[in-house]
Amino acid sequence: MSEHSVVNAAPLDLECHGLSRDFDGVTAVDNISLGIEPGSFFSILGPSGCGKTTLLRLFAGFLEPSRGDILIKGRSMLGVPPNKRPVNMVFQQLALFPTMNVRENVGYGLRRKGVKRAELNRLVERMIERVGLPAETDKSIDQLSGGQKQRVALARCLIMEPDVLLLDEPLSALDLKLRERMKVELKQLQHEFGTTFVYITHDQSEALLMSDRVAVMNRGKFEQVGAPSTLYFEPQSAFVAGFVGDSNRQQGRIRSAQNGRLVLETLTGTRLQGIDAANSGLKAGEQVEIFIRPESIKLSRSPLQDGAGVNQLSGSIHSLLFNGANSRVLVREENHSALYTAVVPQTGEYADLRANTPLHISWPTEQVRCYRQQPAGEGGG
Amino acid sequence: MSAESSSRLNLGLLLLLAPFTLWLLLLVVLPHSDLFLISLNEKRGPGQYAKGFGNYIDFFSEPLYWNTFLRTALMSISATVLTLLIAFPIAYYIAKLLRGRPKNLLFVLCLIPFWVSELVRTFGWMILLRETGVVSSFLQWLGWVDGPVEMLYNDAAIMIGLVYTSLLFMVVPLVSVLDSLDDNLIEAAYDLGGNSWNILRDIVIPHAIPGIVSGCIIVFMLTLGNYLTPNLLGGKDSLWFTEQIYTQFITRFNWESGSAFGFLLLLLSSLIVWLGLKLTHQTLADTVR
Repeated sequence: MSEHSVVNAAPLDLECHGLSRDFDGVTAVDNISLGIEPGSFFSILGPSGCGKTTLLRLFAGFLEPSRGDILIKGRSMLGVPPNKRPVNMVFQQLALFPTMNVRENVGYGLRRKGVKRAELNRLVERMIERVGLPAETDKSIDQLSGGQKQRVALARCLIMEPDVLLLDEPLSALDLKLRERMKVELKQLQHEFGTTFVYITHDQSEALLMSDRVAVMNRGKFEQVGAPSTLYFEPQSAFVAGFVGDSNRQQGRIRSAQNGRLVLETLTGTRLQGIDAANSGLKAGEQVEIFIRPESIKLSRSPLQDGAGVNQLSGSIHSLLFNGANSRVLVREENHSALYTAVVPQTGEYADLRANTPLHISWPTEQVRCYRQQPAGEGGG
Repeated sequence: MSAESSSRLNLGLLLLLAPFTLWLLLLVVLPHSDLFLISLNEKRGPGQYAKGFGNYIDFFSEPLYWNTFLRTALMSISATVLTLLIAFPIAYYIAKLLRGRPKNLLFVLCLIPFWVSELVRTFGWMILLRETGVVSSFLQWLGWVDGPVEMLYNDAAIMIGLVYTSLLFMVVPLVSVLDSLDDNLIEAAYDLGGNSWNILRDIVIPHAIPGIVSGCIIVFMLTLGNYLTPNLLGGKDSLWFTEQIYTQFITRFNWESGSAFGFLLLLLSSLIVWLGLKLTHQTLADTVR
């Protein structure tokens, strides 16, 4: 590995330039360029069919790009087969070798490299310990639990000391509780090993929780690349706003626009104030999509006194969606019958809410993000 | 469950199992028991018999019988190995490299020859290989040989016939076992630095072992017990063990000796299969999973 880690000052671990891949005239990956810092956790988040798996398989070398270039540590990977690339991949269904035990699975790659038996055993033992697989070395794969299999799959790749580790939704096969735990563990492992992880998923909570940077992918293109908090607080497109986090989604028309501040009227006729979130120069009269996060909506039992810079509505409770800390309330607006979802703070203050209770809701102008409405069929989500 | 419904269930089960049980009893157990009893009769004089293992001792003391059996077994093993070597790439191609229509088409193409009886197929090979046959005439037309060439009645001709007859019985279990191999495993091995050769050795073959073993058992048994192909393609010199049995029964009217040979064929071939399973660390139960 050392030969290409000192080529120039600080080459990015993984770069691609204008990367495209076509299948029978359909472009699955469309002109993507990116650079991933060494030692970072990079996620590609997108709905199924957005091309993220194709992108990962291009990185791994199972597919050759139609156009563009992939560089790993500054070295072009065009024409380099998967078994010669300094990347390894954790498969969605893990793809552990069922005819081998844990130790043989973990040692597979090193055996292929021709590492001597004593050295190999030492490295395998150490790796098994590091990923937290105690004394399971002679068990066959189908005797392991889901979490243990996960660890074997990771150990099998990490022992190769890859420049980049590719992960193809490896947590999707696990049940919810285990998935929550593995998210934290994966992040810890990544931190411990310092390996660059490229993780693809359709699950936003996986991407937001673990990643240093996230690329939101749609229809073969990156919609936005940024830190998880940036994606959440400053989505640059309607797709990102809709895909990352929850939103009350509405359509409306701009009545007036000034310095990115908008006055809107929704399809149901409610007057709102919002912002031009993508700075796309929205003008009066344009159709827009409006996103309001449930967690930005404040509940109150009486109307607010000072309403400047704030949207205010009164209505009554349509239904309560109890889900512990994630409980929500559906509020039906008084005059226009639009429904808004809001988060219910579980501080006890709102424990007595019932259906049809009158309620006032309010949220700041900055929390009403507007995006130019795409022609039908575009934007997805 | 009431007593009545449980007895009705038992009757149903009995009826369902009846054809199989009858088949087993009438066509396997009964004839074999009779065969065994006959094989124990030693001929002392015209119409005079005594119980004993004389017919079995004959087999081991007469080198011709013994060597014929050994030759048949070795040829059958070679035919099995050859069939495996030819069938594996075909099965891999059908199971792993093809998708959809071409896959089904190729599979059907493997099946089509079996719509014709074995006898007709063997005659087909005779038309190709005999002195005045297609291959011989073609070689003469090319000018590569001066006169007609006889390609029938030798071991190579027998081998061609046996492999050809057995191919399907190897391809089918191999295709089904390779179909069940997850493509991701091959990709994962490739990703971790494997190459085609060691992926075949470490991933594909260990996975395919049950199919390989069941295919080999079927082909070996079919080949060992084949009468038609060695007889027609190998002629008088084919020295196939089933021909010895035929000779004892039909030509020499020596049913006692023929029965003993039949039994020995059964026992010795079972022994070879058992040895094969032991050597590859397989059990019969694994192969039918």
